[in-house]
Amino acid sequence: MAGSIKDRVAVAGMGCTRFGERWDASVDDLIVEAAYEAFEDAGIGPEDIQAAWVGTATGGTGMTISEPLRLQYIPITRVENACATASDAFRNASYAVAAGVYDIVLAIGCDKYKDSGLSGLTDGSIPGPGHGLMAAAQGPPPASFAMLATTYFDHYGLSYEEGKHMIGRVSWKSHANGQRHKKAHFQREVTMDAILNAPMVAWPLGLYDCCGVSDGAAAAIITTPEIAKNLRKGKEPPMFAKALQIAMAPNDGNLNTKFDYMHVEATVRAGEAAYKEAGITNPREQISMAEVHDCFSITEAVTMEDLRFSERGKVQRDIEDGFFDLDGGLPVQPDGGLKCFGHPIGASGIRMLYEMYKQLQGKADDMLNPGQPSRQIKNPKLGLTHNLGGGPAGCAIFVGIVGLEGV
Amino acid sequence: MAGIKSYGAYIPYYRMPRSVISAAWGRGGGRGELAIAGYDEDAVSMSVSAGIDCLKGTDPQAVDAVYLATTTPPYLERLGSNIVSNALDFRRDVRNADFGNSLRAGVSALMAAVDAVNAGSLGNILVTASDLRMGTPGGEHEQALGDGAAAFLVGNDAVAVEIEGSVTYSDDLADYWRMDGDEFIRSWEDRFGRDAGYSQIPAEVVKKLMEKLNLTPQDISKACIAGANARAQGGLARRMGFAPEQVQDPLLDNVGNTGVAQPLMMLISALEDAKPGERFLMVSWGTGCDAVVLKITDQIEKIKDRRAIKRHLAIKGTLDNYGKYMRWRDIVPTQVRARGGISMSAEWRERKLGLALYGVKCRNCGTVQLYMRGSSMRAHVCLECQAKDNFEPYRFSDKTGKVVTFSHDFLGGGINPPMTRAVVNFEGGGRGLFDLVDRDPEECKVGMDVEMTFRMTRTADNAKSYFWKIKPVRE
Repeated sequence: MAGSIKDRVAVAGMGCTRFGERWDASVDDLIVEAAYEAFEDAGIGPEDIQAAWVGTATGGTGMTISEPLRLQYIPITRVENACATASDAFRNASYAVAAGVYDIVLAIGCDKYKDSGLSGLTDGSIPGPGHGLMAAAQGPPPASFAMLATTYFDHYGLSYEEGKHMIGRVSWKSHANGQRHKKAHFQREVTMDAILNAPMVAWPLGLYDCCGVSDGAAAAIITTPEIAKNLRKGKEPPMFAKALQIAMAPNDGNLNTKFDYMHVEATVRAGEAAYKEAGITNPREQISMAEVHDCFSITEAVTMEDLRFSERGKVQRDIEDGFFDLDGGLPVQPDGGLKCFGHPIGASGIRMLYEMYKQLQGKADDMLNPGQPSRQIKNPKLGLTHNLGGGPAGCAIFVGIVGLEGV
Repeated sequence: MAGIKSYGAYIPYYRMPRSVISAAWGRGGGRGELAIAGYDEDAVSMSVSAGIDCLKGTDPQAVDAVYLATTTPPYLERLGSNIVSNALDFRRDVRNADFGNSLRAGVSALMAAVDAVNAGSLGNILVTASDLRMGTPGGEHEQALGDGAAAFLVGNDAVAVEIEGSVTYSDDLADYWRMDGDEFIRSWEDRFGRDAGYSQIPAEVVKKLMEKLNLTPQDISKACIAGANARAQGGLARRMGFAPEQVQDPLLDNVGNTGVAQPLMMLISALEDAKPGERFLMVSWGTGCDAVVLKITDQIEKIKDRRAIKRHLAIKGTLDNYGKYMRWRDIVPTQVRARGGISMSAEWRERKLGLALYGVKCRNCGTVQLYMRGSSMRAHVCLECQAKDNFEPYRFSDKTGKVVTFSHDFLGGGINPPMTRAVVNFEGGGRGLFDLVDRDPEECKVGMDVEMTFRMTRTADNAKSYFWKIKPVRE
């Protein structure tokens, strides 16, 4: 490997809209809201942006942002990598700064589903030709992720009740976290009883095992460490990139009989590459917090093993022990995750980084719902974000590690 | 001499008790059950299923034509027999034709095949007959009609059933009809069709055939007489001079009237117990009448391991919900919105790989693999050794497999939720993700045995497309 991104770029400002069914907002409204929060946070204006990367899963060119933000004839690249879209926009923007081509760039992710008239993801929002010929090769996401649970339960001998409780506990934790956050899509605690008895969506996944489909946008101002420190003088510190990795699976899960359908190999590969890039040997000990791709509860569960947060086959114990709770050994989804914060496909990756950024700066409680206990994690040093774009069998995986300077 | 070399049949997995229909309309009673095609089945897919049964042990490349008979073609302008031919992996230079517009079309197709083989034009012809007719909801015919398919391989070597002779009357007697656009069958006053037609004309045709062949009713072991109604059929058989034990059961109680397929399915039912030297009579009815005398040869004993009628009758699950039936048949509007369309150009490009379900075997490392992507099924790079374009074709549609994992999708389940999706490892190698149909969700297990079944996958832009699904192996 020729080089590493570690500490070569920093985030000087970030913004994120409230996620949810934003009947009140167009995608342009969301873009402007997120971008201007980031501009103001960094103390810059749109005229300071030299280039931009926009992530959206629902189409459009770079004009998706040049038009609402009135960006003046700068280079803008539209990025699409399914649920890893925003993270990949962030990664490409970071490389451009690290290459020394630009000083200050914007990475922004956005998507709006609630004008389509359809529940769930609209066709064309997920890459893949829509021809009817091999319709069997495609299918809605819940069932494809549910198949991870079927195999995991079967292989590790979990009864339906044990397995269902394990994944239910994942969502219970995310609701407990999401209810504290002002910008989350679902700000409501739910009981284990409600989770376990909810209507089935794709067996064995019930309603609360599935994340919402949301509208939203999130933005980051990426710059050099020097400029970032300058811009944030007298304010909270900037956030440094430690590792930005993508691994693209060749859909082995649906083609190759060697794949066990109990883990996501691309997460393992991207995770190990990120740990190497960031110099991390024991992620369970060294990572302070994580936002992972919990599109479905079982996805988060197996991701804990794929990222070596839990030993292979042992995640049930960590989940049930509360190891990933906000006050646990390694808080996961402190903002509620996709499950509760919401999931506008093209925005989620930068939303995850936004949570890492606020936690690293000690500002997590700026967005605390009134009357709720603090959601600030104590002295976080390194945060990990993870996206899974596609299905467990074949996907784009992003694993990013961010942290404070010198960590 | 041309004749039948092999036979096969298909009866859809779901059976709806007639009492379910009666109850739906606030009435009591209803004896027996009807075979109901799944929401993803039609005359073309059922023809493929019967064809698979018929062609066990036959090289698909040896088939020279498909004659498909149905009065319920999914397309008015697109050859159903071509779709069958692609699905069953026949050669491109096959001479396919569809027969329709009469309940006699199945027998017409069979006789046309026999003539073509006798004329020396074609060697082996697959004849399929399949119908999925509907009576008006709540009306008198609804409880009479069932779905099913029959298939015969016609050729002139190793003939198991010889055609001794036939007589056809072509009468424009419309007791039942459908106009273009009619979903449900229409009929004239039933006493007209029965008294002036069905109970008279077939007896005249059979009498003429018996005289022609110098046979008496006692020379016939089984009379396979099509009929919409068991009592009328019994009366007709008596008039023809047959004793009750000579009359083949018309399958009305347990399948229903399968239209063009009915006389052929009855013949297959008789063939399952046939002995060399026996003579069978087959009689069709509908805008005229055909009578055919068939003689069984000793080759009949070589046709083994067919599900045909007997085993298909035993492979069943109950459809106990009339609302589901209405949804399956598109009788009531549904709120399911189609996502994604159909590409005729992609279907053409991928016809071999997609419809015959071909994967590849790597010539370099031997790995068998099924490449299935939204727009293409053409593998270029080996998933194991990365060798490029060094494959031989490998057919998956005739393979069985074991379920690796599955899920029941209640929300995205289309018109028949839950939709069961499953990943399957094939015997002999290769893996794929398919819809699992004709299953009870409760019976689904990791490791269960499945086989391939040809189904409709999508209807959009007023076109239908077909692909393979999997179903539990049931003997």
